[in-house]
Amino acid sequence: MDMNRRQFFRVCAAGMGGSSLAMMGFSPQAVLAQVRNFKLARATETRSTCPYCSVSCGVIMYTLGDNAKNNKASIIHIEGDPDHPVNRGTLCPKGAGLLDMIQSPNRVKYPEVREPGSKEWKRISWDEAYTRIARRMKEDRDRNFVAKNAAGLTVNRWNTTGFLASSAASNESGYLSVKVARGLGMVALDTQARI
Amino acid sequence: MTNHWVDIKNTDLVLIMGGNAAEAHPCGFKWVTEAMQHRKAKLIVVDPRFTRSASVADYYAPIRVGTDIAFLAGVINYLLSNNKIHAEYVKNYTNAAFLVNEKFGFDNGFFSGYNDEKRSYDRSTWTYQMGKDGFAMVDETLQNPHCVFQLMKKHYSRYTPEMVSKICGTSKESFVKICEMIGGTATPDRVMTIMYALGWTQHSVGSQNIRGMAMIQLLLGNMGRAGGGVNALRGHANVQGITDMCLYSEVLPGYLGAPTDADPTREVYLEKRTPKALRPNQMNFPQNFPKWHTSLMKAWYGNAAIKENDFGYDWLPKKDGAYDVLDIFERMYQGKINGFICQGFNPLAAIPNKRKLGIAFAKLKYLVIIDPLHTETGEFWKDFGEFNRVESEKIQTEVFRLPASCFAEETGSFTNSGRVLQWHVRAVEPPGEGKTDAEIMSSLFVRVRDLYKKDGGAVPEPILNLAWPYSNPSNPAPEEVAREFSGRALADVLDPKDKTKVLVKAGEQMPGFGLLQADGSTSCGNWLYCGSWSQAGNLMARRDLSDPSGLGYYQNWGYSWPANRRIMYNRAGADPSGKPWDASRKGVAWTGSAWAGFDVPDMRPDAAPDEHVGPFIMTPEGVARLFAVGLMAEGPFTEHYEPFETPLGVNLMCPTNPKAVSNPAARVLKGDMEVFGKAAEFPYAATTYRLTEHHHFWTKNSEANAIVQPAQFVEIGEDLAKEKGIANGQMIKVRSNRGEIKAVAVVTKRIRGLDCNGKKVHTVGIPIHWGFVGLAKSGYLSNTLTPYVGDANSQTPEFKAFLVNIEKA
Repeated sequence: MDMNRRQFFRVCAAGMGGSSLAMMGFSPQAVLAQVRNFKLARATETRSTCPYCSVSCGVIMYTLGDNAKNNKASIIHIEGDPDHPVNRGTLCPKGAGLLDMIQSPNRVKYPEVREPGSKEWKRISWDEAYTRIARRMKEDRDRNFVAKNAAGLTVNRWNTTGFLASSAASNESGYLSVKVARGLGMVALDTQARI
Repeated sequence: MTNHWVDIKNTDLVLIMGGNAAEAHPCGFKWVTEAMQHRKAKLIVVDPRFTRSASVADYYAPIRVGTDIAFLAGVINYLLSNNKIHAEYVKNYTNAAFLVNEKFGFDNGFFSGYNDEKRSYDRSTWTYQMGKDGFAMVDETLQNPHCVFQLMKKHYSRYTPEMVSKICGTSKESFVKICEMIGGTATPDRVMTIMYALGWTQHSVGSQNIRGMAMIQLLLGNMGRAGGGVNALRGHANVQGITDMCLYSEVLPGYLGAPTDADPTREVYLEKRTPKALRPNQMNFPQNFPKWHTSLMKAWYGNAAIKENDFGYDWLPKKDGAYDVLDIFERMYQGKINGFICQGFNPLAAIPNKRKLGIAFAKLKYLVIIDPLHTETGEFWKDFGEFNRVESEKIQTEVFRLPASCFAEETGSFTNSGRVLQWHVRAVEPPGEGKTDAEIMSSLFVRVRDLYKKDGGAVPEPILNLAWPYSNPSNPAPEEVAREFSGRALADVLDPKDKTKVLVKAGEQMPGFGLLQADGSTSCGNWLYCGSWSQAGNLMARRDLSDPSGLGYYQNWGYSWPANRRIMYNRAGADPSGKPWDASRKGVAWTGSAWAGFDVPDMRPDAAPDEHVGPFIMTPEGVARLFAVGLMAEGPFTEHYEPFETPLGVNLMCPTNPKAVSNPAARVLKGDMEVFGKAAEFPYAATTYRLTEHHHFWTKNSEANAIVQPAQFVEIGEDLAKEKGIANGQMIKVRSNRGEIKAVAVVTKRIRGLDCNGKKVHTVGIPIHWGFVGLAKSGYLSNTLTPYVGDANSQTPEFKAFLVNIEKA
């Protein structure tokens, strides 16, 4: 019986009512066994772009979670997006493993600091992190900012703090990063594009 | 890419060189398969290893690492000597006919103007001859001995098949066979495309590798054509976007040259970057530079940037030297950098000479890591035994690690390798207390700015005047930011031909960069992205799959820069009269009154063919440069130079010039020249490479990927293994002049020793994906081995060609 993906989902989601088998045209007799609901049928689909190489395959991320206040959605499955004109639903081994990266036990979860000379991380609050980092940055900029060079030309540069930008963050994030970095007077900035 | 992924299906011949698309870009490689299946296209692979791309190729040839320029130069010589060029295209669309300064020359490894001490060129002879009319002079007959065409013939005549074979180790027969296949696309009805990646860029001569291929594509008439082009396969989901946003020191967003100490005023700054047309009637599109720069300054400084203060020109920092990664870490190594913000990057793993980087980080006062995952860089201060031996108590760096989101937890756009901007939506929140990079950077900025507001400090004006108009200053919405970089009119933009006509109303999003103004009436954070969020809305989020041409343009899927143009220089896809070279693969054509077709014309729409407006609108000549004038550090033509760690010890193109063995214009930091490894101690060529299952140092944190490729290995050929008595699976040591790693030896047939001028050169292949953090088995950072030298133009490190020695562990 010919049906596309979306029809298939709808059929599977029908659940109890008439069994899916009946709706598909099999078995005119009432079937008592409950057909297990197709898990993905209840999920929310979000279209995204794989973060790895620059083919930028379309991916579909399936999340479960009813959007109630205390219910945090989580991704249960990721697959290639068949509608995407470049990858047409395929993913390579890197993309196929995306869920394990997103849910890696090595995700950084909380702001931390490693104090000078220490052998370990210490968890801190965002407020403490922002306060301390901003102070460090301002101190370094105040102490080392070069307003005019030796020839008396206004140069307004701060070259004692550097910045490496992420190539897996969005254009919007990158644009804000460069605006901030340049706005603060930074010249020592670079990105994966270089290497 | 000048073209785009799906367009590859339209080609007749694919050359994969300096890249390995089947393994590194598997889902994009399907378009090569499509071309081979449906158009009977052929695939040629030239690579030091017999990769998976090679395994499905019609023809494979090996090549010694770092010798691609010689190979491509040999191809150029073949094409010119056998007249396998698209003559009409070359004559009309390239600078083949241009006359070059008679003082320009080349002799024994050096172009004219070399300064030995400075290791750089005075490029003043690498120029065109200028006529009294202020335009460059041309010889339409292409016979003048000083015209580019004749100079090219002379220069490349030295790259005979014999010479190529000696340098590259490729057999003469293989090389000539490949030349014949490539030469077959010189006719207007056949095109070829090149797919390359880091195998070309990660060399001290990387830029010239790519130059060589661009020249070949121009000689063959393959630029601006469906199925043609020079296609860079980039390496991260948004490295293209971050490159376009210019998060590196030489440029501002949209590739606007950053101001330097040599630009004392805005007038000087603009004048240097706003060229005059070099031939009559040319579009010379960079003449619009002032419009792009003013619009950027209005985006960044808003109402504070006005004509009277030169639109805030002095607020942006001026550059006084190099600030690329190799330079930055050299400064850090010398104790000149106090703080470092490391966002989504793992330099201890990714930059050459891990030992040097470790010492450098330990000199920092503060380090801020912004990353979704644990990285080696974040824990450079922790002892990991043989993988990272340090004494933590001696390292005084204060290290902050901030949890960032990954792509699934962020809304915004990515730009793929084919220049297509695509919008993605957040599916879940980051785990724990994670935040998006945008929120983290913005919050830091707001905090710093508030400190300046409260306490004053060094030159607060640029900070206080930076426009920050977001609804939540600590967490701007991606939609607001996208609208800002796409741009809007600040005052009515009027039609220059009829001032009563309003083309864009004040406050409206700009339709495109063609209407940006230099007088401060428009704002645009990145002129190349202008139009991506228009009055019609977010064009990056479009998902229209219509493809009326069948050529895969997908004009309404996402937004392609520039101006939603899918194939760049597409006017060159038609002959001088405006008729497409190949009717079956039409791009744009002259209709009699306008340029139109399946793509957005890369040409003024009303430029009649008899005006002779050249297709390469971004050059002041209007034509493509076979001769690169003074724009490349090491020469206007390509020339073979050995990698800095050379197994031969001599440059066979100029064996009597010891100063031209390696790139004479590449920057070598003080103290580094003496410590390049020599073949006597390190006899084997080495190259780093990537596996299909892993992405750099990232996926060792992903369980599925760690399972399929769990442990570090190096790859050596059967002949080298036999010589050293190394068995498959045996633990070996790999040493370079920078350090040593241990790994399992995988012995394969895929790498053969190559005969280079009578010397057998073996190659050791080093996959990069392991480290001391992650779920995979701990391994050594491969950049323990690599040399600290980069390309003379881009400073991209020479990861792909260096020397090692190996022995049983």
